Amino acid sequence: MFKLVVGMLLSTIIFGCAKSNVETINIAGSTAFQPFAEKLAEEFMVSHPEIRINVQGGGSAVGIQAAQTGVAQIGMADVVTLPKEAEGLKSIVVAKDAIVVIVHSTNKIDGLSLQQIQGIFSGKLNNWGQVGGENKKITLVSREEGSGTRDSFRDLLLKDTHLAPNALIQNSTGAVRLMVETDSTAIGYITHGVLSPEVKALKIDGVNPSPRNIRKGKYNVVRPIFLLTKGEPKESVKEFINFILSPQGQKIIADNGLLTVVK
Amino acid sequence: MLKPIFWEQVMKKILFVGTAITVFILFFIIFYILKNGLAVVDMEFLLSSPKDFGRAGGIFPCIVGTIVLSLVAIIIATPLGVGTSIYLSEYTRESKLTSIIRFGTDCLAGIPSIIFGLFGFVLFVVYLGLGWSILSGGLTIAFMILPTIIRTSEEAIKSVPDYYREVSLSLGGTKWQTIVKVVLPSALPGIVTGIILGVARSIEETAIVIFTAGSVLRIPTSLFDSCRTMSVHFYILAREGISMENAYGTATILIITILLINAFAYWLMHRLMAKYS
Amino acid sequence: MELVLAKVGNGGRNDARGYLSHRNDTYTANNQEHLRMKSRENLIQFGLLIIALSTIVILLLIALFILKEGLPIILRVGIKGFICSTHWSPQQGQFGILAMIIGTAWITAGAILVSLPLSLSCAIYLSEFSTPKVRGTLKPIIELLAGIPSVVYGFMGMVILFPLIRNYLGGAGPSILTASVILGIMILPTITSIAIDSLQAVPHSYREGSLSLGATRWQTIRMVILPAAKTGILSGIILGIGRAVGETMAVIMIAGNSVIIPKSLLDPVRTLTANIALEMNYATGDHRQALFATGIVLFITIIILNIIAHTIARGGVEK
Repeated sequence: MFKLVVGMLLSTIIFGCAKSNVETINIAGSTAFQPFAEKLAEEFMVSHPEIRINVQGGGSAVGIQAAQTGVAQIGMADVVTLPKEAEGLKSIVVAKDAIVVIVHSTNKIDGLSLQQIQGIFSGKLNNWGQVGGENKKITLVSREEGSGTRDSFRDLLLKDTHLAPNALIQNSTGAVRLMVETDSTAIGYITHGVLSPEVKALKIDGVNPSPRNIRKGKYNVVRPIFLLTKGEPKESVKEFINFILSPQGQKIIADNGLLTVVK
Repeated sequence: MLKPIFWEQVMKKILFVGTAITVFILFFIIFYILKNGLAVVDMEFLLSSPKDFGRAGGIFPCIVGTIVLSLVAIIIATPLGVGTSIYLSEYTRESKLTSIIRFGTDCLAGIPSIIFGLFGFVLFVVYLGLGWSILSGGLTIAFMILPTIIRTSEEAIKSVPDYYREVSLSLGGTKWQTIVKVVLPSALPGIVTGIILGVARSIEETAIVIFTAGSVLRIPTSLFDSCRTMSVHFYILAREGISMENAYGTATILIITILLINAFAYWLMHRLMAKYS
Repeated sequence: MELVLAKVGNGGRNDARGYLSHRNDTYTANNQEHLRMKSRENLIQFGLLIIALSTIVILLLIALFILKEGLPIILRVGIKGFICSTHWSPQQGQFGILAMIIGTAWITAGAILVSLPLSLSCAIYLSEFSTPKVRGTLKPIIELLAGIPSVVYGFMGMVILFPLIRNYLGGAGPSILTASVILGIMILPTITSIAIDSLQAVPHSYREGSLSLGATRWQTIRMVILPAAKTGILSGIILGIGRAVGETMAVIMIAGNSVIIPKSLLDPVRTLTANIALEMNYATGDHRQALFATGIVLFITIIILNIIAHTIARGGVEK
């Protein structure tokens, strides 16, 4: 019995200390970019089996903080401008991402003006009938405070208006989309890269957020995706970042719905 | 005149309905999850890795993660818990010290898991530099299940009849020898039940795991790796609407596992009780 | 007995005297082996004491870390400003958690309302109106409810309650109502278990005495047994409250997480636990301290609830 316990302990310790010669890179941050980072990592690890990349989410503010404290080697942030918490970090833009305002696919509304969007999200307009839809109360869905998507939404669309306090808060892009997918009176905002058939992206001031319009700059609710590192990144990290900026990496980004930065 | 008997019948029926509703709720939940999830679960689901962020493929890494995390937690918590209960029941009588320890155990049992998560994050992930890892998660979960193991072990040890000890000592055994060779083996079913219940608790834990072990979707190869457990995977799948089918599948495996563990624990308890009655 | 004989080796002298009466062993010093054994025993006892103190140490560690991270902001903003203000706006330096306290209170109250009738029904029915066999089968089954992960509960709320509420009651779905129902089901097993144990602990003589005086079973329950088991049931309810206050994952999924003071059951709310979980990952500086301070509030609440439960339980025993 005693021997069994000792045996278990020893094997656990051996298991634990079996740090093979695999290098690990931790990436954390923006949930909008997370699925793309995962795909890029998958591709990268195929050609670089000795490097392991761990992708976590958490939101842009997590990415900034994780990079600062060293918990992650790369932080992902999808904000319009880097906040002061990111001071001292090296940043590089690897993609661009458009934010779209979404409603349920059965919603009669196809587009809204900027003022209407501001009115809705600040709570001044609270019925779909006030903007040309059915007579139903509008359900607001938003991201949590530390979200880069939320910050970008505020900077690019809300500007000086404040988000209504009774907005439902979900803590990831996917969760916001899910809420809008299942509630026909809901309105929210997500990154255009994760649109699904159950939701509809609204035109803003008449401009349709189609991939073409986004690429051409006509739809300009766009924010950069920053990768942040502290100090000089180590070899493997540099390699990964270079991979993302390479034609191969940018193709993965473009194929899955984001905008590329390198022509 | 008839009123008391009337009320008796009425209350009996009302109470029965209340009980029936409760049992119905339980079965409804299990049935609902299983009905939607069993279709998804097959050998491939269990043994293959997830693809496309969880939309396709199986949940093998999560199963591995769950098992490893629980193992680490149990390995840390069992010596601490059993040791504490041995001390409380064999080495002291009720005193200020023991009531403080008991109060501490009860408080620890009531602390919300998010506080454990915070604590684990600050102490293990950041301060001790272990990062998001199985080690951080296992340690934190171990602290959380400690009260469970202490309570069940203490009950098991207390229910070992005194004359076992008397005989051992009268033959010249020391206290420690008595404990190790006589008391513990007799109390083993009860202690193991407590361990199993601890495992069940650690499997259903989500908040702590996210904060301390991260949620990386890969088979962990060392204690310092991050991992994702089944409940975390289910949470992420369900929250983000990534794949409802896979969410149901994951939940199915979770529930079946917990049902099996609980059934095993109760079977053990019955063996224990049969032994002493 | 033979097994016991086989297991225990041949020791030195007779140790039985000291063990069962919990007195320190006393020995004469002229047996060398005995001294060695005694010092080894003392060492083991000391080692176990250290292990036993570990629970206290861990509790203190948790308290220490949470206090260390959270106290500065409470001191800076003032307890009044922290607990009594409803403005939670970290990016503007506003850290009032009153809205969250109210949210937690509403949901907990709702959960108790949902859970009490069901758990008491189960407890009374299983304890007083059923055979030991039925009790032995149904009690573990009800306790199974406790084994279902909280995220599954949250999911069920999303998948089943949201559509029901949207279609029949109006509102968006995530609300106090949803959270109360789900949380109520989650704390059911806790309260039921403890209630059954408390009812079973009432001596049979109480029941027999009452029945022999001509009372019906229900009269007996209402006038004799329930009052006798009151303290136990109460402490079970308090433990249920503790669980409801501390629940995080399910609540995030179904309560809506809006920082408002609710005006109706269909309004969304944010609880203290959800507040921490939603924003912890990335909060820095003051914001992070504020979240730890929320943790302090939670921690103190649980300790107070535990103290209350203990006092009640002890009060009952003395009676």
